[in-house]
This record gives sequence, structure tokens and C-alpha cells, in this order.
Amino acid sequence: MTQATYNGVLNLAAGAFLLAAVLIVWRRELRAIVRLLAWQGIALAAIPLTEGIHQGDAALITVGVIVLLLRAIVLPLLLARAVGTEDHERRETTPLVNTTASLLITAALTVLAYGVTRPIIALDPSPATRAVPAAFAVILIAVFIMVSRRRALSQAVGFMMLDNGIAATAFLITAGVPFIVELGASLDVLFAVLVLGLLTGHMRRTFGGTDLDQLRELRD
Amino acid sequence: MNILLLTPILAPLAAAALGAMLGWRRLSASVTVLAALSVLVSGAVLGFRVESGARFSVGHLLRADALSVTMLTVIGTVGTLATWASVGYINAELAHGHTDRKGANLYGVLVPIFLAAMALAVLANNIGVMWVAIEATTVATAFLVGHRRTRAALEATWKYVVICSVGIALAFLGTVLLYFASLHAGATSGNALDIDVLLTHAAALDPAVTRLAAGLLLLGYGAKAGLVPFHTWLADAHSQSPAPVSALMSGVLLSVAFSALLRVKSVVDLALGTGFLRTGLLIVGLLTVLIAASLLVVQTDFKRMLAYSSMENMGLVAVAAAAGTKLAIAALLLHVLAHGIGKALVFLAAGQLQAAHDSTAIAAVTGVLARSRVIGIAFAVGLAVLLGLPPFAMFASELSISRALASAHLGWALGVALLLMVIAFAALARNGSRMLLGPPDANSPAIAVPGSVAGALLTGIVLSLVLGLTAGPLSQLFRTAATLLGAVQ
Repeated sequence: MTQATYNGVLNLAAGAFLLAAVLIVWRRELRAIVRLLAWQGIALAAIPLTEGIHQGDAALITVGVIVLLLRAIVLPLLLARAVGTEDHERRETTPLVNTTASLLITAALTVLAYGVTRPIIALDPSPATRAVPAAFAVILIAVFIMVSRRRALSQAVGFMMLDNGIAATAFLITAGVPFIVELGASLDVLFAVLVLGLLTGHMRRTFGGTDLDQLRELRD
Repeated sequence: MNILLLTPILAPLAAAALGAMLGWRRLSASVTVLAALSVLVSGAVLGFRVESGARFSVGHLLRADALSVTMLTVIGTVGTLATWASVGYINAELAHGHTDRKGANLYGVLVPIFLAAMALAVLANNIGVMWVAIEATTVATAFLVGHRRTRAALEATWKYVVICSVGIALAFLGTVLLYFASLHAGATSGNALDIDVLLTHAAALDPAVTRLAAGLLLLGYGAKAGLVPFHTWLADAHSQSPAPVSALMSGVLLSVAFSALLRVKSVVDLALGTGFLRTGLLIVGLLTVLIAASLLVVQTDFKRMLAYSSMENMGLVAVAAAAGTKLAIAALLLHVLAHGIGKALVFLAAGQLQAAHDSTAIAAVTGVLARSRVIGIAFAVGLAVLLGLPPFAMFASELSISRALASAHLGWALGVALLLMVIAFAALARNGSRMLLGPPDANSPAIAVPGSVAGALLTGIVLSLVLGLTAGPLSQLFRTAATLLGAVQ
């Protein structure tokens, strides 16, 4: 792979990764959101795969394949199963912030991400590190989704996006954390998403819905 | 050496496997108690061997030093008390129909996994592995918090998992940034997250990136330690969990998460000087004490009251860590151990009160001392420990922390903390005496005390007294840990 192709593919992957996050902010249909999350997983896996092929690093390619399986297939499937079958369960209810305002906030968060990541790029101005603002923007957008959405599943999606953003940061700035940490972290995320999926099911049986506004019994 | 470092992780895992095979039985529950005891014993034996410095095992994956030994002692002690009391507690829950066979089986598997994850967190030499272990405690305890499967328990579980996972994800981002800085300071990719490697390269870490990493790590591990701004899960989770799990979460998990922060601090302080994290810890610690004290005043639920008392103590521990002197760190570690045992006493006693009254309202409970000697005395001793009354150890630790703050020129922080602690003291003492003293209501229900709960409570009382009278060889261990963490003076 030539340097130019490598740069191009890496930037394309980072761009697609950020685009998926913006589209998730835009959409309200929960199934569509989960599908977008799978696309984001593919864009994420493309980063270690590109770097692995570019550097001829077999271990990094293996990690990329694992990321692809986990984040583009297994986790989205788990979440898709947790989407309810009833009509009113399949859409995000009227959100706290409307779509236009949400997209403006997303743009502001992306600008903020460029500011926050300046010390990282200053330490190592390589092509991969230069793409790190996209990963940080996804992290910030994920936190925004978690605080502004009212369905249990949307919060789970936000959590997965947050994790995708952190994984992308790791791949871009350090070509991934040591293998044992990567393995443990992936397992943890898998279990956390499993737990959130199971809890969504419990919630639907106990409360008859997954609107988080119903969680108001415990307060001081 | 290998065996001693592996036992605290493998013994609880073996107990979990046995629990998975046999289900909730007297045998598997007893093996879990033995596994918790083995954590304590390995900690004690290691304690005599780490004076000279850190010991490693499984390559450089695990490490035992004075801090890990201290934390193993806390995990082992509170773990033994909590798992012992679990036997009677879960049997009573089964008898009252609050849980079913399946729930009890799950409990028997998850509690030892929880213990193993905490042991791994304090023994890990790689801060990435330490992170994995702390996140694993969230996953393991999720269904323990939701054990009762009521609406409130489900709500508490959801908040717990979401808030802690987000918080701890920030800590992972911090870890990744520290790895990046470590690689650029000359570490090789295989071991750049090892604590010993980070310490040797600390001076060369890029300050701007390390600052970003340190902020994220403070927020992230702070979430799990019950510090602001991600503290909101704490009271809900502690109040809904089964009593022995509340004891473990409040007495051990919070301090294990805080010990992760102490590890990180020793590296960050070398890279940035002590000022950066000192400011952060002071802000976070004092705000935590403030929130805890104000919510203690208006509290009407005794389990939530105990949860806010834990927050208050973690806030104080953060302020002590900000002072950072040898005296402060050693006092902080004594505080953590004494608080763990005291919290185990009050939570285990509170569990029996909740079972008797089917309520956790302070107003529902009166005259406990006259109605049940064991529960009454255990609750009273636990409260006395938490209030910092002599002869219990938190009197000594709070005095030392005050002295350390004064000599570190943090007199203003000491003043604010003391004022808030007096408010918290008054609230805790008022509610506690309302529950303990006074004539019992004529129609108040009998308080059942299963044998294993009584055994755990009496042991806890004796341990609290002994620790208050003499910390013995522990004080040397605490001082070694403080030196190891780079404390001065």
C-alpha cells in the first residue's frame, strides 16, 4: 500500500466513522440507529486493518478482524434483539432536544474535539494522529446522545458509540493498546452490552416500556 | 511467590465455579467464605515479604507491594465478613420469598467473581489490566444490585451500570492517552502500561497529554469511587443491593477504585508535579463531602443514609490524598480499612432490620438495642466507628489526616472539611440514636438473627476494637505503601 493510499483510506475510515455518529443523532428509528452503529463498527475496524496491512503487522490485522466481528456484527445484533416489537417501542420518543438543535450541538462538539486534541497531535503529527479529532468528536457526541435520549436502548447505543470512539482513538494514536488489554476491554464491553440488553428486556416486562422517564422512584 | 499472588484471584474463581455447578448450597457458600479468607491470608503472608519492594508474578502481569497488600487485607477482611453473613441472609431471603432458587444460585456465582475482580484490580501491574478488572466489577455486580427484581432494584441497576460504565470508559480513554505518552517517552509497546515502567519513564511523559489523561482518570475512577460528578448511582445501588453486597460495595469496591487512582497519581505526580492532581482531588473531594453531608441531613432511609456516609468518607479520603504526605497516605489507608469493617457491621445489621420491618425507613425502626442485643450492639459499634469516636481506628485516622492537612498548608481545606463532617456527624448520630435507643414499639416485629450473620457481626466488632487499640504491624505496612506512592516527609 502506498503512502498516499494509506492516508486516503485512513481519512475515509475516520470520516465515515464520524458521519455514522452524526446520522445516529439525526435518525429516530431505533432499528435504523442500530444499523448505523454496525456501519460505524465497519469504519472502526477499517482503521487497524489499514494500519496492519500498511505496516505488514499480522497481529494488528487479527485485532482488526476481531473488532469487525464484535462491533459490526455481534454487538449490533445483541442490541437489535433488544428493540421491542410494539410500534411505540421502535421509535425514540420526543427527544429533550429537537433534531435541528441536536445537529448544531453535534457540529459544536466536533469543533471542540479539534481543540481538545491539539496536545495529542503536537506530540506526534503523523497522518493517523491527525485523524484523532474525529474519534474524540464521536466520544463527545456519544455522551450527548446518552444525556438527551429517553429510551433505554438509545442509552445503550450511546454507550457503544462512546466505546467505539475510545477504541478508534487507541488505534489512531498508538496502533492499539497491548493485546491482553484489548482482549479484556472487548470482553468487558461485550458483557456490559449484554447486561444492558437483558435489563432492557426486564424493564419492558416490569414497566411495560423502556421510557427512562419512568425511572423516578429512587430520589432524595 | 507465584502461588501467593495467584491465590487471591484463583480461589474466588474456583468458588464461583463450584457455585455454578452445585447451585446455592451450604457447601458452595462455605467454600466462598474460605476463598475470601484465603485472600486475607495471602495478603498477610505477602505483607511480610514486600517490605523490600514490589514482587512480580506471571511475567510482569501481577505485582504485589505494600499498597496491594493493604488492599488485599481490606478485600479479604470485609469479604470474609460479607460472604459469611450471606449464608444466613440468602437463606432468609429464600424463606421469605424475596428471591428464588435461580436468584440464589446467581448470587452464589457472582459474589466470588466480584471478589476475584477486585483482587485482580489491586494486584495488576499493568494499568490497562487494572482497568479491565475494575470494569469487570461493574458487570459482576449489575445483577447483584438488581437481586430483588423489584421496580426500584431495576431502576438502581440501570443507573448503576450506565453511569459507572460511562465513568469508567473515561478512565480507559485516560489510560490510552497515558500509553501514548509512555510510548513517546521511550517505553516499548509490550510493557508501556506497566506500573514500574511508567514510574521509570514518568519524568519524560509529555506534560500536555499527561494532563489530559490525568483529568480523565480522576473523573473515571472517581465515578467508581463515589466521587462527584458521577456519584449519583451510589445511593440508589447501595440501598437496593442485598445487605452483604452493600457491605462489599461500600466497604471495599469504593476504596479499590480509589487505590487505582492512587496508583495513577504516583505516576502523574512525577510527570507534572503534585500540584495538578492536588487541585483536582481537593475540588472533587470537598464537593463530595458537601453533597454527602447535605443529603445526610435530610435522609429518611437508613440504607441511603449509610450510602451517603460512604460518600462522605471517600470525599475525605480524596482530600487526604490531595495532601499527599506520608502521614496523610498512611492515615488514609488506615481509614479505608477501618471504614470497610465499620460499614460491613452497619450494613449487615441494617440487612436484618430491613428483613424484620420490610422497610428501610428510619421512622419505621425504634428501640433496636432493647429488641436484639446482637444487631443493636453491632449497629451501635459500626456507627461509633463511622462517627470517628475513640477507641475506634477512624478517630486516629481522622486526627492524622487533619494534622497532615494542617502541615501541608491546606488549613482552609481542613476547615471546610471539618465543618461539613460535624454536620454529617450530627445527622448520623441523631438518626442512629433514634433507631437504637428509645422504648420499642409494642407491635414491632421480632428481629431474626441467623447464626452466620451473628458470627460475622461479632467478628467484625472484635476486629474493630482490635484495630482501634493497635494497628500493630499494619502501621509499618501503611508507611511503606506511602513511601512507595512517592509521598514525602
